[in-house]
Amino acid sequence: MTPSSPPATDPIFGRLSLDAIPLHEPILIFTFLGVAVGGLVLLGLITRYRLWGYLWTEWFTTVDHKRIGIMYMILGLIMFLRGFADAVMMRLQQAMAFGGSEGYLPAHHYDQIFTAHGVIMIFFVAMPFITGLMNYIVPLQIGARDVSFPFLNNFSFWMTTAGAVLCMVSLFIGEFAQTGWLAYPPLSGLAYSPNVGVDYYIWSLQIAGVGTTLSGINLIVTILKLRAPGMRMMKMPIFTWTSLCTNILIVATFPVLTATLALLSLDRYVGTNFFTNDFGGSPMMYVNLIWIWGHPEVYILILPLFGVYSEVTATFSGKKLFGYTSMVYATVCITILSYLVWLHHFFTMGSGASVNSFFGITTMVISIPTGAKLFNWLFTMYRGRIRFELPMMWTVAFMLTFVIGGMTGVLLAVPPADFVLHNSLFLIAHFHNVIIGGVVFGVFAAINYWWPKALGFKLDVFWGKVSFWCWVVGFWVAFMPLYILGLMGVTRRMRVFDDPSLQIWFVVAGVGAALIAMGIVAMLIQFGVSIWRRHDLRDESGDPWDGRTLEWATSSPPPDYNFAFTPLIHDLDAWHDMKRRGHQRPVAGFRAIHMPGNTGAGIILAAISLVMGFALVWHIWWLAGLSFAGLIGGAITHSFNYKRDFDIPAATVAEVEEARTRQLAAAGA
Amino acid sequence: MSHPTSAAAEPVSFYQLEEHAHPEGHSTMLGFWIYLMSDCLIFSILFACYAVLGGSYAAGPAPKDLFDLPLVALNTAMLLFSSITYGFAVLQMQQGRVRGTQLWLAVTALFGAAFLGIELYEFHHLIEIGATPQRSAFLSSFFTLVGTHGLHVTFGIVWLVTLMVQLGRHGLIAANRRRVMCLSMFWHFLDVIWIGVFTIVYLLGVLR
Repeated sequence: MTPSSPPATDPIFGRLSLDAIPLHEPILIFTFLGVAVGGLVLLGLITRYRLWGYLWTEWFTTVDHKRIGIMYMILGLIMFLRGFADAVMMRLQQAMAFGGSEGYLPAHHYDQIFTAHGVIMIFFVAMPFITGLMNYIVPLQIGARDVSFPFLNNFSFWMTTAGAVLCMVSLFIGEFAQTGWLAYPPLSGLAYSPNVGVDYYIWSLQIAGVGTTLSGINLIVTILKLRAPGMRMMKMPIFTWTSLCTNILIVATFPVLTATLALLSLDRYVGTNFFTNDFGGSPMMYVNLIWIWGHPEVYILILPLFGVYSEVTATFSGKKLFGYTSMVYATVCITILSYLVWLHHFFTMGSGASVNSFFGITTMVISIPTGAKLFNWLFTMYRGRIRFELPMMWTVAFMLTFVIGGMTGVLLAVPPADFVLHNSLFLIAHFHNVIIGGVVFGVFAAINYWWPKALGFKLDVFWGKVSFWCWVVGFWVAFMPLYILGLMGVTRRMRVFDDPSLQIWFVVAGVGAALIAMGIVAMLIQFGVSIWRRHDLRDESGDPWDGRTLEWATSSPPPDYNFAFTPLIHDLDAWHDMKRRGHQRPVAGFRAIHMPGNTGAGIILAAISLVMGFALVWHIWWLAGLSFAGLIGGAITHSFNYKRDFDIPAATVAEVEEARTRQLAAAGA
Repeated sequence: MSHPTSAAAEPVSFYQLEEHAHPEGHSTMLGFWIYLMSDCLIFSILFACYAVLGGSYAAGPAPKDLFDLPLVALNTAMLLFSSITYGFAVLQMQQGRVRGTQLWLAVTALFGAAFLGIELYEFHHLIEIGATPQRSAFLSSFFTLVGTHGLHVTFGIVWLVTLMVQLGRHGLIAANRRRVMCLSMFWHFLDVIWIGVFTIVYLLGVLR
């Protein structure tokens, strides 16, 4: 255990000492050994095959939205494995700790696990996944060559990564917060959390938050400014629409999170009294502020996936999307309404019947546009020629699962019902029902749908189906018991239980988690097998699903510049329209293309931010000051670099496009 | 530039063969505006905190005991003057005068520094008489709101100095003109925020 009183602050090492390394926790030591050995092997292989130069010039410093998008997806996947390991540990503990058994996790460790699970899954899994998807797909769908601010895009990615790294560092040096994923004060205040856990929480989210906000601004401007000629707002693909709304929500809410966490850190570092129990502070202020960010956040996560489901349903039903206009308006309504429901997260605070009624009703109202979307998908499928490829399977599983989660959500929106179910496992089951059934399934649909675009070959179907069935069945087995337990009054975040009659439900939930684990393994095998068999699964056409939107108009993977000639848009389903009316791909007259150049500034600034975050966590003031100065100096130095772009010569473009012409001819397209 | 096709009745072109390049930095202004609005949200949270906690004195000093309105008026004048002088810098830029632009930017920075100096003097005085940020929730939210504004002004001054050097090096090229306009928006934005601070914190504070 780390000492319960804050350690003395050393002028050189701050609060950091050898005690901070959890040598007494065998689980952490073995994890560390595993990570260290695995990491060393990876670094050794990279060095052995002399890949550092390639990685640096082609990936780390890239400003290409496609590569940044792929790096976001890899980040999300790695963090997903960490977050899922936390989930398995919790399921195991809760299945064991009955009849006087303490389970295998001490309270200090268990509390960190449920906090880290929530933080990682939301901030470092779901957010990188959706940002990665939007980054990759949006510029292609609107016929652009990159985002509006390519350097900022690279910087955003590395800031998100720096936040994730800082969060991971807490596993082996010190501890993570033991407060739950939103770190309510006064528990997260200095009086009850004197150690570094909450500081790790604060700084990893602040660093990642900078990246998220900037990437939100970037994508809004990209969508508003870089659409191909003819693509009016109401001709934008639906995924682009949902991305626009999501990024508006990001820019409209992440500053709230930044400010709230800044106030919490002032309470912890300076001794102010925003959220303390004494000197006039108000802990409920924090709960309000964090949910003013927190509720829109769940719509930030789900909206882009609603877009994915729309694209997938239209493509695999072979029809244009039913009710495009109503879909757009439903999305915009959800965007606005998501801002008006935050208080339903704490009906029990005691705001009174009128306030609770208002927020209960707004919460129920939000299910109307969501329901409209579901009907639109169903009517798109109605009388369509449905192809049950993997993306479509995930979409159908989403519809069935999400509807249940939505209904339990409406149930929780009724304040008197919430008084009973508040803080129970029913709530846990509800939000996993919508986040797994909505966000995670959507990400998997998207990966299966757009993987051939990004890498040039399809994913293996057999292992995809194994993964699909393990996941879907596993989800239901894992979370239905939690609904039942919640109805019986079991509260969340419990480490041990007295009533032995409850154990069977936790065992069943544990079996569900094991099924999900098989689903994850099958998915990793699917990726591996697909990469292994990439020549068999190769897609030469660039349009393997008979797609409808512009990203399918270019080769797979697309060239650096995406489109040799900017497309002209005449119809909502631009690519379908081009195919239908027999467009001819121009094969001559190529011109030089102006492109942004790579820069190492993003990764360097993010690395300095990481050092600064670490120094602030451990109160190493000299290092924090030094790295802050480095950050400002680095940013100023970067601003003196005026030459940030270059031209791809016309000859190179012609070469790439001729190769594409030959490829298409060989494929018989 | 259109492709006659067999399927369509009328010739439709699907590609823009005569590319018109997007001018460099064509969306910077919009992006910067959106950034400013996100910054505005941070201030709105700080204002909301002040509105909720501004009356929680914890048996400590209240605004009436602390605020010296003539000093704040002087401070406000410094910031408002700095916005006017920034306007002069932009006018000089539009007439293509590098030296004049730099000069007015320098004057702006001086006014900004004067503002910061007076603010620091006020903070120092308050802390000296025991009205520290730790004393009460009111003082916590006061120092944080006013201090965050001051921090922005500090960054604005660092940016002003950087920009003056860049103008000296490269003159009034398009990139630099854009930067002058972005900083202009930033600077005037801080002015607007200060009007809110002056009204809500100081004026309404002494009325309370």
